[in-house]
Amino acid sequence: MEKTNSKGFWRKPLDIDKIERKRGIVYIDEELCKGCTFCIEFCPGQVLEKKDKLNSKGYHPPYVKYPEKCTGCGFCERICPEFAIVVEKELVK
Amino acid sequence: MEETKLMEKKVHPLEEYFRKERLPHIWCSGCGLGIAMTSFLYAIKELEIPKEKVAVVSGIGCSGRVAGYVKMDSYHTTHGRAIAFATGLKLAKPDLYVVVFSGDGDIAAIGGNHLIHAARRNMDLTVICVNNFNYGMTGGQFGPTTPLEAITTTTPYGNFEYPFNLPHLAYSSGATFVARWTVLHAYQLRQSIKKALLRKGFNFIEVISPCPTGFGRPNKIGEAIDEMRYYKENSIIRNGIDPKEAELSFRGKIVVGEFVEEERPSFLEIYQKFLKEKGVEK
Amino acid sequence: MKAKILTGTHYMLGDHACAEGAIAAGCRFFAGYPITPSTEIAEWIARRIPLFGGIYIQMEDEIASITALIGASCGGVKSMTATSGPGYSLMVEGIGLAVMLEVPCVIVNVQRGAPSTGLPTLVGQGDVMQARWGSHGDYEIIALSPNSCQEMFDLTIKAFNLSEKYRVPVTILADEAVGHLREKVVIPPQEEIKIINREKPKVPPEEYWPYVPNENLVPPMAIAGEGYYVHMTGLTHDERGYPDITGEAHEKLVRRLIDKIQKNKKDIIEYEEIMIDDAEIVVVSFGITARAALRAVKEARKKGIKAGLFRLITIWPFPEERIAEISKKIEKFVVAEINQGQIRREVERARLNGVPVIGVHKLGGDLITPDEIMEGIWKKQN
Repeated sequence: MEKTNSKGFWRKPLDIDKIERKRGIVYIDEELCKGCTFCIEFCPGQVLEKKDKLNSKGYHPPYVKYPEKCTGCGFCERICPEFAIVVEKELVK
Repeated sequence: MEETKLMEKKVHPLEEYFRKERLPHIWCSGCGLGIAMTSFLYAIKELEIPKEKVAVVSGIGCSGRVAGYVKMDSYHTTHGRAIAFATGLKLAKPDLYVVVFSGDGDIAAIGGNHLIHAARRNMDLTVICVNNFNYGMTGGQFGPTTPLEAITTTTPYGNFEYPFNLPHLAYSSGATFVARWTVLHAYQLRQSIKKALLRKGFNFIEVISPCPTGFGRPNKIGEAIDEMRYYKENSIIRNGIDPKEAELSFRGKIVVGEFVEEERPSFLEIYQKFLKEKGVEK
Repeated sequence: MKAKILTGTHYMLGDHACAEGAIAAGCRFFAGYPITPSTEIAEWIARRIPLFGGIYIQMEDEIASITALIGASCGGVKSMTATSGPGYSLMVEGIGLAVMLEVPCVIVNVQRGAPSTGLPTLVGQGDVMQARWGSHGDYEIIALSPNSCQEMFDLTIKAFNLSEKYRVPVTILADEAVGHLREKVVIPPQEEIKIINREKPKVPPEEYWPYVPNENLVPPMAIAGEGYYVHMTGLTHDERGYPDITGEAHEKLVRRLIDKIQKNKKDIIEYEEIMIDDAEIVVVSFGITARAALRAVKEARKKGIKAGLFRLITIWPFPEERIAEISKKIEKFVVAEINQGQIRREVERARLNGVPVIGVHKLGGDLITPDEIMEGIWKKQN
């Protein structure tokens, strides 16, 4: 294990055991989705992707393609015009 | 493998603020009104303002339908008169947070007179004007904010008229807080709404929204997502500049920000002060 | 010292009596725009209403005025405006909104010579039909017509009471002559004035729907800021207040708005009958013209003609049943009004047996004299 990186700092924080890291979980109401793709486009981590399946209105709702990359910032929840997304945070073990 | 968690048992954080039984709402796919409304509701939630102290007044048009979806005292009034209605409501119940949610045609065309006078009086109101550059509800006709040369159903040869610069109009009429954001700036919009709600006087926030059905398609902007990408590329945040300089041009730059934040005694403050000075007991 | 109404006997301008009546009825919000001949109402209110904790605001136009009234009334405050013909024409859309939202408010129309700018300082009575049909669509409203300064005071209070009881906009169809007249007005102490307020919801907010009617077909009204989360819209709506754009909902809602007034006519309609019982010729009139009509009827009686006077106090809803009843026993009606025949048409519509209806009309500017009405009484056929 490298102790320092190229700038001479420790790679891992010393208090890594004490810090709580949170990850986001994205819940999507597929029936409310109208397929605008704002959440997919503007997610900072590019975590969401269009599903192949269609909802009953004929839109492709999103799904979480890279759940491990989600930080729980909640931008998708804010930018969704349909109240179709809820983001919760959970602790990463 | 798909990693989608479905939402059956999850409660949306804004659930107590909107009328869930009326979803899905009538707005088109990609319309920014949903974002404007959620930004407003988040602002109410974060400020912890009790719902019974908020009243939403709207006019006619797509933006006017916001009143029907919020779970507060809401009034869907006649075209253009939302600001006059809100004036009466605020004067009858000065403790209420009265918010006018309406569109560019409703506020600046037929409602233009009421806008400039309410601003002149510095009436204690917050006006959120959702600007989609056309009259959406009736199918996409041009309005006072439609850019020059734009194609709409009643300007098939291009718009011959100059548009308003709404922040400039509001400020020169006397508004004391003027801001403009696009719906992409959902976070900043929420912050501005929070600021406006806590202020006295006339607060005017213009919200630029995509309208793929009425404006985007005839003008070859593409889908709503293309228009949002355009906002991302072309919007510049300039807080504190003179609203006259706040450019909003077709296929050009979009200047957003909180332009004006001034202090001037509001209508209710002057009213109460003068009556007290003249010895009129309340 | 707490402000009080001007109890006592006064020599008062009609407009001022109307304004004081509004304050006595509990009006605490006035949004208006100056227009001759109703400006005096605004001026009196601007001076008096702040003493009672009310607000006078001069809006930028009449459209803003009527809409602000509706807003204030939704906030639970009794509200009024005063205007004349040209202003009323601007207000009719707002009146339609008040009808649809079922919001109480009072609009005073001090009529003047019309159409258009017409005769700003001279009398007219030509806005009668407009008060009934001015806004678009089918609806019912209440309109009262004072004929003296005392009635300007009394009928304003009645207008507020009716408006609150039936959740409907009420128009006071005064005219410039009565508005600008000075006469004796007796104002009783506040405690002796009967005030009716809108019915409040009897159920808690979770069970409350804004448009569930009571036995009078009037829904109890929840105002803003009390936790009822009402949604009111000018679109056709269901009992929850939510837009329901269907023929069925429209039929149900508008039918109730019409029945609300039509089925309660006995409570709403008021008229004055003088020497009607044995009359062979009945003069129908209202407002300032009714005073000339009374003189004409008295002179006719002196000459041996059995004349009587039917004075409309409530113009809308029109007392068609009473007119029909009277028409059974008489020779003819004479309708005197300062317009081309707006009430005459109503009498013609309501009367039975083809009883002749003679009109005595002027178009505006001058009062109708008792002699002119006498000529109508003498006249054989129309």
